[in-house]
Amino acid sequence: MNPTQPVPTLDIQGLKITLPGTARPVLDGVDLTVRAGETVALVGESGSGKSLTSRSALRLLPPGAVVEGAVRVGGEDVLAMDADRLCGVRAGSVAMVFQDPRAAVNPLRRIGDFLTESVTLTGATSRTDATARAVELLGAVGLDESVLRKYPGQVSGGMLQRVVIAAALMGDPVLLLADEPTTALDVTSQAEVIALLATLRERFGTGLLFVTHDLDLAAAISDRVHVMYAGRIVETGPAEDLFARPRHPYTAALLASTPRMEGPRGRLAAIEGQPPDLREPLHGCAFATRCPLATEVCDQRAPLPAAAPGRPEHRAACHHSDLLEGSAVDA
Amino acid sequence: MPENGPRNVLEVRGLRRAFGAVRAVDDVSFALPEAGSLGVVGESGSGKTTTARIVVGLERADEGEVLVRGRSRTGRGRTGGRAARLARAREVQMVFQDPYLSLDPRTGVEAALRETLRLHFPGRDHARRVRELLDQVGLGTRAADALPRQLSGGQRQRVAIARALAVEPAVLVLDEAVAALDVSVQAQILNLLADIREQTGIGYLFITHDLGVVRCVTDEIVVMRHGAVVEQGRTQEVLTAPGHPYTRLLLESVPRPGWDPQAIAAARRALQGVSAK
Repeated sequence: MNPTQPVPTLDIQGLKITLPGTARPVLDGVDLTVRAGETVALVGESGSGKSLTSRSALRLLPPGAVVEGAVRVGGEDVLAMDADRLCGVRAGSVAMVFQDPRAAVNPLRRIGDFLTESVTLTGATSRTDATARAVELLGAVGLDESVLRKYPGQVSGGMLQRVVIAAALMGDPVLLLADEPTTALDVTSQAEVIALLATLRERFGTGLLFVTHDLDLAAAISDRVHVMYAGRIVETGPAEDLFARPRHPYTAALLASTPRMEGPRGRLAAIEGQPPDLREPLHGCAFATRCPLATEVCDQRAPLPAAAPGRPEHRAACHHSDLLEGSAVDA
Repeated sequence: MPENGPRNVLEVRGLRRAFGAVRAVDDVSFALPEAGSLGVVGESGSGKTTTARIVVGLERADEGEVLVRGRSRTGRGRTGGRAARLARAREVQMVFQDPYLSLDPRTGVEAALRETLRLHFPGRDHARRVRELLDQVGLGTRAADALPRQLSGGQRQRVAIARALAVEPAVLVLDEAVAALDVSVQAQILNLLADIREQTGIGYLFITHDLGVVRCVTDEIVVMRHGAVVEQGRTQEVLTAPGHPYTRLLLESVPRPGWDPQAIAAARRALQGVSAK
């Protein structure tokens, strides 16, 4: 990374989280940066640690978690700061949008109250100013102010997710964490929400960390992609490069098992087996037991991330990356 | 019934269902050939799930008919009584999106299958059939004693499929059955479903919003919007040359490189404007 560049919005270095009763860390040396105005996708399946990684930016950690490494938001370490400062980060600089908008709002309160409560509660803003700001942001997400007086049950899921995004922007965050924000939406509403996030990112310069299981969506919207498996980042790189020429067998296998609109129909190349159990220690590569390229070394030594020849931004943690390159893995 | 060509295992004719002023299902007709696979796609509120629930018998139709192997399951042909109800259940089975909600958390896998078998086929040897079913859906004997919470999402969905197959139904209705699964597990289940269809000749009614899945596992497709069918035909043909603007919008909405969400959002609003008039 270029040292002359400004401080990244989010900078996670060597994040390792261990939970009680597990034999291996749930997050194991995660490195990830999001710069201002950048969209970074974090892709992985259930249990890969993608949500935990994004939540660490708000220090929302499971009880009993033992944490190593650093999570810096605008240069400040979230893991080390005191409670007051953390409160400020949670109320202002970092906002989160969850998968299910219905679970993120109180169904018994009007949308107007939901939008303004975060900023009025801290006493930073008056009710009138907060309402004015809410109206402005509703406009930005394509809703009019009549929504303020409605209850969550009176609007559709797509509309409510836009309300939740507007609410997330109330505190002028520098970083927006979006955890599967469109998974519960219809495809056409998904396009609306993505279009909206892209516009807002340009307008406000917000850094966006987009957590998703959908590879095609990640490819379509993000500047850079991180692929997670069993608590580790297995591959990272510019979206186009990573999907066109994956250097980790897991990324390649995920791409091959996704039903697509192009390419051959019929049987999918499913990945046999299951991700490793948290109760069992890992000695080598976490993907080795399911990997077609695995050899002895994969069981013994965990591979370190290495850059692709001539493409320093594209890194993969695999002993056999070079075997993948050039083969017909994206079929 | 005089019919030419392949027999239809399931036929839906002029189905209508209103909830108050909302016409949830509005004159829906389609047919599923023997051992065929039919996809019903549409967004929330399109009526696809209500249609599926009427086919299964969880919902009643205001008008129209559902026929399985040419025999009506709805309307005047529908008689009460336990035996008739069980017979209807043996014709059509359903697999839901969330196997966690459709399995009893206190009942083990083997016990759940045994219960279904005992209800429908009293007095038969079930131990062998249970093993057969577990084998068919790729679950080992270790899973047999497990409770739902001890299984992964994919394994639970396999249990739900095994239980549906237990009564040897003519039609399996899959309502977003792979939507909640991870991509790699989803691929395993889709392959499993393809194998089962090949082996047993069962017919699938696939309710989904995922066009990639539809393309992968169905022969024919019905596109629904606001309760009505806007387009239907061979999956391959509809997806490569969609005739209805709504089908085109759905296709364009699928994320891919070079995807333009702004244009889709605009097209969506334009289409809504047209239909509102």
